[in-house]
Amino acid sequence: MPTRRRALLVLTLLLLLAAASLATALAVGSLAVPLSEVAAALLGTQGADSGTLPVVLDLRLPRALAGFACGGLLALAGALMQVLLRNPLADPYVLGISGGAGVGALSAMLLGLAGLGIAGFSFVGALAAMLLVFGLAHGDGSWTQTRLLLTGVVVAAGCGAVVALILSLAPEQRIHGMLFWLMGDLSQAGEVAPVLVVLVLALAVTLPFARELNLLARGAEQALALGVAVPTLRRLIYFVAALATAAAVTTAGSIGFIGLIVPHLVRLAIGNDQRLLLPAVVLAGGSLLVLADTLARTVVAPIQLPVGVLTALIGVPAFLYLLGRGAKT
Amino acid sequence: MSLALRNLTVSIGPHQVCAGLDLDLAPGSCLAILGKNGAGKSTLLATLAGLRPPDAGRIALAGRTYAELGLAAAARLRGWLGQERNDPFASTVLDTVLTGRHPHLGRWDWEAPADTAIARAALAAMGLAGMEQREIRTLSGGERQRAALATLLAQQPQLYLLDEPLAHLDLNHQIATLELFTRQAQTEQIAVAMVLHDPNFALRFCDRVLLLFGDGTHSTGAAAEILDAASLSRLYGHPLRRVEAPHLRHPVFVPE
Repeated sequence: MPTRRRALLVLTLLLLLAAASLATALAVGSLAVPLSEVAAALLGTQGADSGTLPVVLDLRLPRALAGFACGGLLALAGALMQVLLRNPLADPYVLGISGGAGVGALSAMLLGLAGLGIAGFSFVGALAAMLLVFGLAHGDGSWTQTRLLLTGVVVAAGCGAVVALILSLAPEQRIHGMLFWLMGDLSQAGEVAPVLVVLVLALAVTLPFARELNLLARGAEQALALGVAVPTLRRLIYFVAALATAAAVTTAGSIGFIGLIVPHLVRLAIGNDQRLLLPAVVLAGGSLLVLADTLARTVVAPIQLPVGVLTALIGVPAFLYLLGRGAKT
Repeated sequence: MSLALRNLTVSIGPHQVCAGLDLDLAPGSCLAILGKNGAGKSTLLATLAGLRPPDAGRIALAGRTYAELGLAAAARLRGWLGQERNDPFASTVLDTVLTGRHPHLGRWDWEAPADTAIARAALAAMGLAGMEQREIRTLSGGERQRAALATLLAQQPQLYLLDEPLAHLDLNHQIATLELFTRQAQTEQIAVAMVLHDPNFALRFCDRVLLLFGDGTHSTGAAAEILDAASLSRLYGHPLRRVEAPHLRHPVFVPE
């Protein structure tokens, strides 16, 4: 168990990583901006006539912040789902939230909507899936992990079928956009403020219960015997994780692997104390997505890759490396 | 601390575990719960721990029901050992035992050196000193059981509710565990109720016994009075013989 002091040290290091990843995202691109100019733009000390100002503040900053918020939300939702289901294989999408959002977003695209319309439809889809899974899993009042997991997996499979149906019915010229949405893409990210607010709120709501989550991860009955209000805590965790996922998916599509791999990466590095793990996965997930997105828009520029492909390409080898290292010790 | 049961009725599905059970467990007293597989021993113990509601009747810890106590206060008074040992995530033995300190910590507290000292002492009491940094999932079944018992000791409750505390333990640790809890009961005026499978252990270590016959009937009282060949034969559905052993303090029950 880490001491409070070690926890602060780890979080400080991760904060530096987050700052570095954001700085990289602002500086790197088709127009390279020196870090000094990035700093000047952020501090407002740069002349308005400078050519780099709109690139940094209007193009790259919103995209980098959206990426950070989505990465943080997905990693947090993944960590919470893994505790809630007591299953290391759980991720934010396992309970069908992204499937519902996918059905919503693709329906909006099929109807020819754009921007806010797609976001609105996908958020409604995510909420519908969340309430459907909750209602069905809760059916007989037991709300066991297995029942919740099975209900979520089946709803996700159903959503997957509807997504496939929409793809097969969609006109040719819309399919590219749909595929990008499904793989996860930050270029469509609109308003940044809501998703940042959701990130802060999700962390603020869950952190007071972090030690209780440690107990819940070890078993519901034992947690109850040690004084944890298990049914209430489970509902809270479910809704926070689901809303975090919905907010992230609405902003950037279903970006894969962050929600599964970041909690594991962080857990392998610093252990499974949720008091440290929850803030740490937010910082690590945010940083990883910002770096992946920076690569996605620069590596084969001017073509932009969907960021979900990059998160998997970075995350999978990093994960396998840590897993192999962990097995030896 | 005392445990008082009044007119307690417990059932699971269509199966009745007990009906109209009255029982008082005084501080320093040790109760053995005996019965066949599926008689409802674990269900009753979970009910006594406040983890599931009874069908009817009243359970009071030092005069107060679980509803009056609240979850946190109840967790400082009674400790419950379940049968499930399943950790999906990696954790050291020390971190596992430290979870027993949860009811004693405030929402924003982190475990203090005093809590770590209590956890280490609990591990030493269960013969696990030196294994603090081992990964819990690499322990043997018996070691894991003792780590669970150490977690319970670290909780420092006034009432222990132990569901098969001897599961997976070798004979040496079975006796050591029973001696530890009965000694604590006597010296610190703690009450203990445990599910056992050996009537000889019940007779030797416990002063009170509750027999669950599996058909909703029960029998309870002083161990020396309740435990006889006839009732144990009925309890297990297998004939047992009582053997007097002049050089032992207690008679021994042997299956035919």
